[in-house]
Amino acid sequence: MENTKHSEQDLQAIALKVREHIVRMSTAGGCFTGASLSAVDMIVYLYGEFLNLTPSNLKDPDRDYLFLSKGHDVPALYGTLVELGFMEKERLENHLSLNDHIYWHPNTHIPGVEFHSGSLGHLPSVAIGVALDLKISGSNNKVICIMGDGELNEGTCWEAVLVANAYQLDNLIFVIDRNHFQANMRTEDLIPLEPLAQKFESFGAAVKRINGHSYTELHEAFSTYPFQQGKLNVVIADTVRGKGLPSIQERADRWFCNFSANEVEQLLLELHGEHTTSLTSETLIVR
Amino acid sequence: MTYEELLTETALNNEQVVVMTAENRALVRNLPGVLGKRFIDTGITEQTMIGASAGLALRGRIPVVHALAAFLTMRAFEFVRTDLGIANLPAKLSGFIPGFLSDANGPTHQAIEDISIMRGIPNVTVFAPADEDDLVKMLPEIWKSPNPAYTRINTRKTTHVHEPFELGKAEAISSGSDVTILTYGLMFEQALIAVEVLKNEGLSVGLVNMRSLKPVDEAIILQVAASSNLIVTLEDHFLTGGLYTIVAEVLLQYQTTAKVMPIALKERWFRPALLPDVLQNEGFSGKQIAERILGYQTGYSQPSILTPEFSE
Repeated sequence: MENTKHSEQDLQAIALKVREHIVRMSTAGGCFTGASLSAVDMIVYLYGEFLNLTPSNLKDPDRDYLFLSKGHDVPALYGTLVELGFMEKERLENHLSLNDHIYWHPNTHIPGVEFHSGSLGHLPSVAIGVALDLKISGSNNKVICIMGDGELNEGTCWEAVLVANAYQLDNLIFVIDRNHFQANMRTEDLIPLEPLAQKFESFGAAVKRINGHSYTELHEAFSTYPFQQGKLNVVIADTVRGKGLPSIQERADRWFCNFSANEVEQLLLELHGEHTTSLTSETLIVR
Repeated sequence: MTYEELLTETALNNEQVVVMTAENRALVRNLPGVLGKRFIDTGITEQTMIGASAGLALRGRIPVVHALAAFLTMRAFEFVRTDLGIANLPAKLSGFIPGFLSDANGPTHQAIEDISIMRGIPNVTVFAPADEDDLVKMLPEIWKSPNPAYTRINTRKTTHVHEPFELGKAEAISSGSDVTILTYGLMFEQALIAVEVLKNEGLSVGLVNMRSLKPVDEAIILQVAASSNLIVTLEDHFLTGGLYTIVAEVLLQYQTTAKVMPIALKERWFRPALLPDVLQNEGFSGKQIAERILGYQTGYSQPSILTPEFSE
């Protein structure tokens, strides 16, 4: 990786801490553990390297924008915001508490959250509105919208691609967290998405497909932004649901997890590669 | 009997029933294996699912359709109105985690206008069972009816054993001359506690489980207005368009007056947290409801509120 603020090792170290935060939130009510772990590396990279966003410019009209349309991966965002100094670490102890606003979906009480989400397929269109205004205003800032692959079931995602193409929004980047699962099963077993890159390309987008856990590949892709003059940018980031925890990785039933305190301790060791956890907690899938 | 057991039995006894979901499987987990092609998961596509349910109903099927209540009633609203309402097709909508049951999900998932918007559509009927026992007594009648129907799914258990259900009829649990609480759905559980507290304070207290919000039991509303000094409408719903509005409409229609105290969410979403904390924080625990009616604090201690069995 060249011309970066952090080394690859630094980014990996930040991501490990973010994953620890996610595991710690996966108890006493729980959170979307599996769904969040796949998005950690892209969120750390985007905040850590790519976006013109700092704790001090969050109200600046000339900032970049990140919209988390896949709202249930917000634990990855909470952890990243803490590790990069946007939010006090202590606030994570208020997860699900009435003392704060740290719950299962993003809201604007969290510094860095531009818009609430949780209902899938909403923020691609909100992001279009911001990208349109940046164009009208002559600003060079860019807009990211992170979507889940399951989220792509929602028709509004594809309406957004049509509209972004019509208005040649090359300042807009749709990032797909392609972890190959939706809530209950593998995407290809329910509503197949492949060939996904060709779908976006046929709608007029410029597409890059990368390993979403490789900082080298993330950097190679994003450093060529805008991918093509006048075209919507799409990054399909192939990821692994539950990345970092072999005992929950790529499991349909570990989308949302509510572990016991003991399991959390074991999973923290597992994150560091020192342990294999035997899990007995029932998982909850409807959220 | 559980929701899933009832649905399985119904679908096995009636070939016309098809089960649909927009990838919410918590209460229909075993149905794909049992129903084969009559189980249809459309993925996260509420609008397309409702449109497809209309097509299936056109062919004589009875689709029982599942999604989170917020997305079923709001994301797909125009499809419900235009494809099911105008055509008056018997699709049966089952909305998961309505009202406070969405606990820590946040406002995106809070279906607290579902009664209001669903009952506003001509032909669409609206139901809200008080608990699992009520649910399994109500659904067979709802599924047999010729209209589109929306049901607020509530699988919590209470100790109450409900009466048989008739479309358009409420269930009078008790009657009282001082106060009568009209409620539906999840709040029934807390209303039972509130009634106990109010009785301890020496009041004559009635309780009505509304069950059917549309068609509504007008007779019971008029009867309570005549026999009770105060009506309390209790609901985990916006003040606008829910039970308070329904009662006002009935009283106006029959040119009757009554003293009515609404307990509902006025022009705001609720603060997300786990369900027991939500009820306490919003003032909707049984003890708090009673104290809001009394206007003073009591020494009663609120029984603990169970966290939801599913992720409801």
